[in-house]
Amino acid sequence: MDTSVAARSGWDDFRRAFLSNRLAVIGAVVMSLFILMAIFAPVLAPYDPINDQDLTSNFAGPSAQHWLGQDELGRDILSRIMYGARVSLTAGLAAVAFATTFGTLVGVTAGYAGRWIDAILMRLMDMLLAFPSILLAIVVVTILGQGLTNAMLAVGIVLLPQIARVVRSAVISVRERDYVEAERALGASHTRIVTSAILPNSLAPLIVQSTLALATAILDIAALSFLGLGAQAPTPEWGAMLTDAFRSGFGVFIEGQHAILFPGIAIALCVLSVNFIGDGLRDALDPRRK
Amino acid sequence: MQNFRGEREKGASVLAQARGIRGLSRRDFLKLGGTGIAGAAMLGVAGCGGGDTIGGQGGGEGGESIFTWGRGADTVGLDPINVTDGESLIVTRQIFDGLLDFEPGTTDVVAALATAVPEPEEDGLVYTFELREGVTFHDGEPFNAEAVVFNFDRWREEDNEFHVGGGSQTSSFSYYTSQFGGFDDESIIESVEAVDELTVRFNLTSPLGPFLRNIAMSPFGIASPAALEEDAEGFWQNPVGTGPFQFDSWDRGNEVRVTAYEDWWGTDLGEGEGGAGPFVDRIVFRSIPDNAARVAALAGGQLTAADGLTPDDVPTIEEDEALQVITRPPLNIGYLAFNTEKEPFDQLEVRQAITRAINMERIVESFFGDTAEVASNAMPPTVPFFREETEPYPYDPDEARSLLEEAGLGDGFSAQLWYMPIPRPYMPNARGVAQAMQNDLEEVGINVELVTREWGTYLDETGRGEHDMCILGWTGDNGDPDNFLNVLLSSRGATETDAQNVAYYQNPELDEILDNAAETIDEDERRELYAEAQQIIYEDAPWAPIEYAEPPLGFQANVSGYEPSPTGGEGFNSVQLDQEGA
Amino acid sequence: MQIIPVLLGVSLIVFVMVRSIPGDPAQILLGQQATEEQVAALREQLGLNQPLFTQYFLFLRDALTGDLGSSIVTGRPVTTELLDRLPATLELTLAALLFAVAVGVPVGVIAAVKQYSWVDKVTSVIALTGVSMPIFWLALILVVIFTVNLNWLPFPGRLSNGIAIVSITGMVVPDSILTLNFVGLWDGIKHLILPAVALGTIPMAVVTRMTRSSMLEVMGEDYIRTAHAKGVVPWRVVFKHALRNAMLPTVTVIGLQFGLLIGGAVITETIFGWGGIGQIALESINRRDYAMIQGVVLYGAFFFVMINLFVDVLYAVLDPRVRY
Repeated sequence: MDTSVAARSGWDDFRRAFLSNRLAVIGAVVMSLFILMAIFAPVLAPYDPINDQDLTSNFAGPSAQHWLGQDELGRDILSRIMYGARVSLTAGLAAVAFATTFGTLVGVTAGYAGRWIDAILMRLMDMLLAFPSILLAIVVVTILGQGLTNAMLAVGIVLLPQIARVVRSAVISVRERDYVEAERALGASHTRIVTSAILPNSLAPLIVQSTLALATAILDIAALSFLGLGAQAPTPEWGAMLTDAFRSGFGVFIEGQHAILFPGIAIALCVLSVNFIGDGLRDALDPRRK
Repeated sequence: MQNFRGEREKGASVLAQARGIRGLSRRDFLKLGGTGIAGAAMLGVAGCGGGDTIGGQGGGEGGESIFTWGRGADTVGLDPINVTDGESLIVTRQIFDGLLDFEPGTTDVVAALATAVPEPEEDGLVYTFELREGVTFHDGEPFNAEAVVFNFDRWREEDNEFHVGGGSQTSSFSYYTSQFGGFDDESIIESVEAVDELTVRFNLTSPLGPFLRNIAMSPFGIASPAALEEDAEGFWQNPVGTGPFQFDSWDRGNEVRVTAYEDWWGTDLGEGEGGAGPFVDRIVFRSIPDNAARVAALAGGQLTAADGLTPDDVPTIEEDEALQVITRPPLNIGYLAFNTEKEPFDQLEVRQAITRAINMERIVESFFGDTAEVASNAMPPTVPFFREETEPYPYDPDEARSLLEEAGLGDGFSAQLWYMPIPRPYMPNARGVAQAMQNDLEEVGINVELVTREWGTYLDETGRGEHDMCILGWTGDNGDPDNFLNVLLSSRGATETDAQNVAYYQNPELDEILDNAAETIDEDERRELYAEAQQIIYEDAPWAPIEYAEPPLGFQANVSGYEPSPTGGEGFNSVQLDQEGA
Repeated sequence: MQIIPVLLGVSLIVFVMVRSIPGDPAQILLGQQATEEQVAALREQLGLNQPLFTQYFLFLRDALTGDLGSSIVTGRPVTTELLDRLPATLELTLAALLFAVAVGVPVGVIAAVKQYSWVDKVTSVIALTGVSMPIFWLALILVVIFTVNLNWLPFPGRLSNGIAIVSITGMVVPDSILTLNFVGLWDGIKHLILPAVALGTIPMAVVTRMTRSSMLEVMGEDYIRTAHAKGVVPWRVVFKHALRNAMLPTVTVIGLQFGLLIGGAVITETIFGWGGIGQIALESINRRDYAMIQGVVLYGAFFFVMINLFVDVLYAVLDPRVRY
């Protein structure tokens, strides 16, 4: 089989399908903007996100100097959101990377090995899925101790079973295919079969699931930070920005409305674009469309 | 839990300071909710048939006046000697009376169940209390000398059959040990005897400067012996005292209710002596953990009063005609402690440099507004023997840099600064203050990493010296200097675990002065000794003192007669509600 | 039946997790003044000295009889605590679900019927926005808009001061109706709206999407086309035939959302001071009230598993093709 041609045409199909989905394209553009903002935060941000405090103008509304206003310590909210993109995106990606790595490991093992290994691993995943996810994340962070790294880990653990399930069913669906049988007949090792035949052909659902997991990860990490279990002051994480403003007192409801509004919009916009991309990917990679 | 001692009241978080109003006015907001809800409240409850109710903090018979007190946390227990937290003691204060009390609004000692404040006899080794006549406990049992002896014996004797109780979270009589030296042979109170029906004599092993102030503290409320004999283990959830209010019900995690005790002995006494009332029929202590939500509940008319306001809420509430703010006289201090056992904080120059590098005046102004004063000494000016000559450390970054130079740290250094995760009355927004300090210290080349922990863990770990610098504070129990300086800065407090002296500051000279001052009852001698102690502390700079705060409380405008106590344990007997304002 | 091993495993995970939380329960129960001997004695009494294996079986045995120990904070049995708070959470969750279904199903149907129209597109975007919003942020924004800026709805809590309702079920709305307490009913409903919307938005978005896609699928099937060809009015087709069949996947999704609602309730209840299980969950964790944490997590998981089972059964009942 001529893989390069197959891959090329697959890629073209995919690209055409993805680009024809207007929302997915918008999502990709917005996401790129967020990524650029995160990378170039030191260049773009008009102020230092931590040290440019101005206690005399806390919760000052949007102005020519501070487009999105100032927070409870008089820091520039725009600059904090820009730097916050670094923190929130990295944290979300790290959690998903963790979930994807270990989820794939579990999923492939279960799907490929089958029998009792499959049964045990999948029951274990069912058990993790039996917990309301944010509650599980909270308990895990409590065990590990509060902080951004542990919050990422907790969210990673919570996301793991879904990835494992998706990978497992993909693996099962390709396990009995001809090319796998062929490799097996040729006496290839298990590792080789998995890496060369099974994984590449299970990639599509994994990519879709991981993208959608990224949306959940960003939301859940922000939620943990909001509950005081994730990022800690003065880190400009979006969820932590919200909680810092909210916990600073009642005045936030009167004068600090912008300090609640903008970090939340950043989270929602970011997650929304990830969801658009995820939807686009799913449609583009959906075998039924071909 | 020793660590929680003096950590009174759930505090508030802060918005920095008074500012102009933007957009919607504070007033508009405060009007909201109020109207519709107050209207509904007048209609009251339909068919309240004695069964359980939902909500219902105002639900009662027509015309009943109810004082609903909103606070940050629920009570832990109602046996006053077996709790240490402010949210328990504020309730037991209403149910129990002590022999002595603090004059409303001050830390001066006045008579309560005793008829007068006794004079020390035999150089402070003996005190004799004459008791009030005709006082009865809520269960109808008479109050007399035997009852006093019963209580003190229960507290002091570890093998006493009633030396139990407090429930699962009991503090195990810790206030007795902390104020009177220990149980049994270690107790400074050697014995308490009933001389006659209405006279009790206390025999001490050595003179104790703060003795009378200690007796006036809320944990030493006198409980009904009959109730204790019946069920000492369960007393913490079914308390019986002689106070102006008697226990009604406790919906755990939510609210405690007490009702007026008609036969209270203090009804005819003057308000200035802690008497009068009780005027309201019922008090509901309702916990709303979130600060902003609690203030919203006050503004919406769901609470008669709210504890733990943020300094920033003050102008908001003052602007509203339907509400008022009363500030609690300061009996607290917030401070930044340096761990003097760790490098480089073992060097005096480094500690001094930090005290000069932080613009404390700006921080206090920003985070406390008018509700605090920049601190100079390690105890607030409301405490007797406060040294007036001490000035707050000057803000001088240049001097800070040269001090660091002297210490060989001209290039700066890195250190951790710990701040508590929750608002305290002496520190409503530690997170904000810590970030402002970080900013100031950066200026002189000190690279600060901010660290926080869950509150219990925070106390635990700072109590083991894991920090470089930490923000902490203290609310006094009895208004005595010993309760600040000895607790917070003597070697005795610098224990390996659960340290109260989180600076780990150990100075034998200071220890001796403090010991001498505690063991004398001569006022002039105490003044001199404490002045010297404060001078030494100022020079050694184990702390950068931050501020003395006046925690603000919010009320509906129709509340009168509320006199906050510096100790945080005021009686609600004198509180009145104007009927019109409902 | 796979739920029994799952529940056993869940109980094991909960057991292990709670024991991994740093801190010694005996030390915490007694406070920091306790002597070493006292702590040792209590450890003995609590069975903390026994092998973990034995402890787990004792825990399991007690849990099966509904005994999850007592809260360190209140001293009352965990089961009592949870049952006391269950009605508040149930009422909020049901209201959120009601909101999700009442909005999600019709909007999903309309979007499907008018596929590719602007209505459909707007619906898709709104539905995706719904699942992209941080629930805590939405809650705060709702308070800012409807309480602070417009002064239409109260915040926080379940009832205003001065309003009391005789407790029958423990839920404000049914109880106020049963006792004909209309002041209480109106007040309770006003308090319920914001948290229910905050909590219900994500499920609403999910239900909308699910209803739309399953409607599209069903409407593409032969019998609908036949009905259409026979000249039946389209809207009748939609409701009588398509919707009924399209409800199957939607029901499944609603069931799954119920589990997510339990999690979402933690945040919503905390912000709105709701006093339900979600709020106590977070408070217990903050106070290290181990027995309560154990109880909340275990019951949460149990509830979740049971709902899924219930959904399976309901699926069987609704689907004419599945007959037992």
